[in-house]
Amino acid sequence: MASYSTNEFRGGLKLLLDGDPASIIENELVKPGKGQAFNRVKLRNLKTGRVIERTFKSGETVEAADVIDVEMEFSYNDGEFWYFMDPNTFEQVGAPDSAMVDSGKWIKGQELCTVTLWDGSPLMVTAPNFVELAVTETDPGLKGDTAQGGTKPATLESGAVVKVPLFIEEGEVLKIDTRSGEYVSRVKS
Amino acid sequence: MLQSIRAFFAQRQVLEVETPVLSNATITDPQLESFVSCFQNRDYYLQTSPEFYMKRLLAAGSGDIYQVARVFRNDELGRFHNPEFTMLEWYRLGFDHHRLMNEIEDLLKVILQLDTLVIHKVSYRDAFIKQMQIDPIEADIHTIQTCAEAHAIEIPQGMNLDDKDMWLDWLMVEKIAPGFAKDSFTFLYNYPASQAALARLDTDEPEVANRFELFWGELELGNGFYELTDAAEQRVRFEQENKARSLQGRKTLPIDESLLEALESGLPDCSGVAIGLDRLLMLMCKAESISQVIGFGEELQA
Repeated sequence: MASYSTNEFRGGLKLLLDGDPASIIENELVKPGKGQAFNRVKLRNLKTGRVIERTFKSGETVEAADVIDVEMEFSYNDGEFWYFMDPNTFEQVGAPDSAMVDSGKWIKGQELCTVTLWDGSPLMVTAPNFVELAVTETDPGLKGDTAQGGTKPATLESGAVVKVPLFIEEGEVLKIDTRSGEYVSRVKS
Repeated sequence: MLQSIRAFFAQRQVLEVETPVLSNATITDPQLESFVSCFQNRDYYLQTSPEFYMKRLLAAGSGDIYQVARVFRNDELGRFHNPEFTMLEWYRLGFDHHRLMNEIEDLLKVILQLDTLVIHKVSYRDAFIKQMQIDPIEADIHTIQTCAEAHAIEIPQGMNLDDKDMWLDWLMVEKIAPGFAKDSFTFLYNYPASQAALARLDTDEPEVANRFELFWGELELGNGFYELTDAAEQRVRFEQENKARSLQGRKTLPIDESLLEALESGLPDCSGVAIGLDRLLMLMCKAESISQVIGFGEELQA
């Protein structure tokens, strides 16, 4: 099994901690002048998303987590698993709801998502930063109100509900930033 | 900064020197990792400090000397560490470590352009007693472990639980140094004899060594010794350090015989100190990271 020494620690490195994969957020070398050095490390547990702090004696080696990010296309959801396909190898994986976090509500099919695989199985799915989705339900648009800042809720074809400007009509395709969950613009058809 | 340092020492008639950066022997300290280079099929080490060459000058009769040197330490990179940095090191004949600490205070006033400066001074023993109610010199390993537990100190992964000095180092960075006054200087002096490095043991209290460190808040800025002049004792310490290295499964290093010869021929009674100028510059310009005060320092941080 591959492992890393503390002097290889840097942001983004994936380690196995207490059996869970974790990603280094911050690594700080502390040393009492002369004397033993220690690494104070902030990590994100990739299963729970929780941030943890750990200290290591410098020179320690820690087992690496076999975690990789792969771009995969969303195929379908059978109610239990969300299926993704590698567009190059056509290999398919099924991600449980727990791996989807918020991503599920932004995808309807064929979007390229980042699938984080741990020992080959999906750990986390990240939706594309921007998606284009049609409005399936919203209150009627208010003509002429293009400058005012008012918003109303709109349901999108993927099921997500976002705040949109008052002039948006049902059937229109919108560009959404999935990181903030915010409306960006209309997409001209 | 460099101008004020040079003016300070010129006024006190301390001679500026330069010594080789490459040497065929290096420090055996198990906590330091030297860069190794090669010349005519022989290993040469980049200095981790100019100490050994400067002591050879002192033994040869140089008198008071100082040097601003680029030094190199492998495996050290972080917010406060860069593998190469600039060190100010100087030696004063006839000074003990307390007198040298006074001179450091004078120099800091000049560099920082301050008329008065608050510097706290506390012994290693008192710092532990004050903050953790434990005597770090007398306490055995069990007492230290119990004390750490009572203070809810986390135990680092890989910690050698039977190693007293490792415990003391950990308590130092986790509890003692963070307790030093913020935004001011602290001298911590008279370290345990087991952490003497190149300092002599105290004449009245041989369980402590006449070694000190300078801190800004919890950040270490420098380390000084009332220098050990006993060649035999120095050889024993080098050999112990090499033994510790091989116990850790690391390469032992050639002992600097030229330094030991110099000590044998007679190192004058003196104290010396090394101060990291980059860290001093950091606090002067309130930098967040050492890479901000080192030219192109960010290139290694990436």
